[in-house]
Amino acid sequence: MRAGVIVFPGSNCDRDLAVAFERTGAKVSMIWHKDTELPQGLDVIGIPGGFSFGDYLRCGAIAAQSPICRAVVDYAHRGGYVIGICNGFQVLTETRLLPGVLMRNSVLKFVCKTVGLSVATEDSAFTRNYHRDQVVHFPIAHHDGNYTADAELVARLIGEDRVAFRYTDNPNGSTDDIAGVLSENRRVLGLMPHPERAVDINHGGSDGAALFSALASVLELA
Amino acid sequence: MKARVQVMLKQGVLDPQGEAVRHALGSLGFLGVNSVRQGKVIELELAETDKAKAEASVREMCDKLLANTVIESYKVEIA
Repeated sequence: MRAGVIVFPGSNCDRDLAVAFERTGAKVSMIWHKDTELPQGLDVIGIPGGFSFGDYLRCGAIAAQSPICRAVVDYAHRGGYVIGICNGFQVLTETRLLPGVLMRNSVLKFVCKTVGLSVATEDSAFTRNYHRDQVVHFPIAHHDGNYTADAELVARLIGEDRVAFRYTDNPNGSTDDIAGVLSENRRVLGLMPHPERAVDINHGGSDGAALFSALASVLELA
Repeated sequence: MKARVQVMLKQGVLDPQGEAVRHALGSLGFLGVNSVRQGKVIELELAETDKAKAEASVREMCDKLLANTVIESYKVEIA
């Protein structure tokens, strides 16, 4: 598997994400935000957590307009796999590759802790190594993770089985406890919790490893 | 030419920060504040001298970057 990790000024989980990909045997390229083209032959792109461009204006808004993001949007429209974690999820909603918005946490505090997540679908390259309703534990660390969607969108996401993860104990006010969603073609995943910070027992848990190994097993066959 | 953009959350979108401000006002003794909505004001200085063109261009900026029209609405004033 060849993975690309986008690096914005203010990204801070880019290297963690690269390590999580590398553990599956992937070759990883770090891609600077000012680049206008992606390296050839990528199987998946990761948009990491952090505070791209200082979270100025809105979280992810400026990153979403950066030159490389135009290439990422084209890549996703061609059927490419993309995973956006935390700030990366915010970037994906700002590019409209994923629906909904991440608003300020309803508790108005930065929340940094490990949370329980219930796997809402196993029907994606990201979640196929889990089983539906399995509870996994990933860390969260965000101030703006309150997934906001109107009733119509929530009904559509549920109807199309596009909710990937739900919080078992909602930490931020997210609509319908949603922690992660899939695109219509199920190849773009955005989630606020950090699977890349839970891939080694020394991280305090390794529940995230199955997400990366699932992706590698699908993409190596492709 | 100057432009002033006001970005507000749309009606019906819960504003957690506005709610926190409302609670703080209540605890300071300002009673009877039924609702607080918080937004942003963005001022731009433009080289454009044609008012209609300036407004069209700022509206495009709002749609592309300055507002997230999923949850926010905006008003543009040109002066």
